[in-house]
Amino acid sequence: MAEYILKTPLTDADVQKLRIGDSVRLSGTIYTARDAAHKRMVEGLDNGQPLPFDIKGSLVYYVGPSPTKPGNVIGSAGPTTAYRMDPYAPRLMEIGMKGMIAKGKRNDAVKEAMAKHKVVYLGATGGAAALIAKCIKKCDVIAYEDLGPEAVRRLEVEDMPLVVVTDCHGGDLYIEGRKQYEVR
Amino acid sequence: MRTVKAEEVTEALAKVAVNANYDIGPEMLRAFDQALAAEKSEAGQEVIRQIQENARIARQECVPYCQDTGFAVVFAEVGQDVHVEGNLTDAINAGIRKAYTAGYLRKSILNDPIERKNTGDNTPAVIHYDVVPGDKIRLTFGAKGGGSENMSKQAMLKPADGLEGVKKFVLETVSSGGANACPPLVIGVGLGGTFEKSCILSKKAAMRSPFHRNPDPFYAALEDDLKESLNKLGIGPMGYGGTVTVLGVNIEVHPCHLVALPVAVNVNCHADRHGEVEL
Ligand code: SF4
Repeated sequence: MAEYILKTPLTDADVQKLRIGDSVRLSGTIYTARDAAHKRMVEGLDNGQPLPFDIKGSLVYYVGPSPTKPGNVIGSAGPTTAYRMDPYAPRLMEIGMKGMIAKGKRNDAVKEAMAKHKVVYLGATGGAAALIAKCIKKCDVIAYEDLGPEAVRRLEVEDMPLVVVTDCHGGDLYIEGRKQYEVR
Repeated sequence: MRTVKAEEVTEALAKVAVNANYDIGPEMLRAFDQALAAEKSEAGQEVIRQIQENARIARQECVPYCQDTGFAVVFAEVGQDVHVEGNLTDAINAGIRKAYTAGYLRKSILNDPIERKNTGDNTPAVIHYDVVPGDKIRLTFGAKGGGSENMSKQAMLKPADGLEGVKKFVLETVSSGGANACPPLVIGVGLGGTFEKSCILSKKAAMRSPFHRNPDPFYAALEDDLKESLNKLGIGPMGYGGTVTVLGVNIEVHPCHLVALPVAVNVNCHADRHGEVEL
């Protein structure tokens, strides 16, 4: 299990070297979106509208933060469960998204699209929301403000602690990691 | 008859709800220490260390431990010799409103399952009332995260399925959904009663400290036994593989019908936020 320091945007080469179980410290710009924002983005694409950010090489973080306390950059901001975004994720991979940050298992369609388009899925520790917020240095709402915690935000992150949970070579830590420790 | 003002209920509950969201409490911290000592996988240990650090930051900086500050669940044990001046249900909801607004907690409650408009203040709470002897009101608050709640299940087993059937159902529920529920988990099992009774018991169990065993030695042993079996599943912290999948299993039991064996499994995450107050 290697350790990597990654900066956004990600390239195919960045993604291809990552294997499940590797730990990653991520710095740079990432974008937040969850259920309602994904629905809007994909519906927009279907109607020929552009996305609210440059998707090429981007990482999308599935998060709906708690309200920001005065003086803080953002509220607590841990990952939400990823499977609800499975119907939308392949569409964003087709047009250049390189990474997803969330928690929990993905379906086969997502994993196949990840292998095809060279995309990595990074796990953030669910519930470690105050800790993760510390890595977020800047936060701007850039679209769908009416969605509240689900609005699309641009985040500047520094040393965000992540683990490769699904790589672009077909590896899935939720399957392989468990196999190592399961006592039958 | 003792009188308690509705406003007192509101104030006391608001405090408990904010505090539970900022401070995971000494018992969960002790459970995390034990989990770190027991966990064999490196990735799992790293997750637990992050959880411990997260708890420290949340408590020190008075920010939510998890961004999903949950559905407010309140078990209200109301003494039959206490009179509430005002409307108790309104007072409870006012307490939740105050906590979630003034405490910068996330509002996750929608007006209707189909229409799906945010109510804006995390109300209404889910309240379970119980009339008990005495002249006190005891409120037990839980902030129940949606991710772990979604992995919960209920089954009406056949009496012939027996104890083995119960164990199997608990194992299957955690085996299929556990990784998505932010393990290490606290598992609440409601056994017996009717369909709905088993679910309410499972919630009560999930909100109990993982260190408090069922007073009946048979069920206390079953709790330990299930914990051991669940930790053999290999799911581990955050599902990355490991030896600590659950911090504890709590069982609550009720008599049941001769043709029935209801069992409910309420899955709670490591963000097992609860607190209580007596008025
Ligand atoms: S399952 Fe629990 S720890 Fe995980 S995101 Fe939801 S509330 Fe937070």
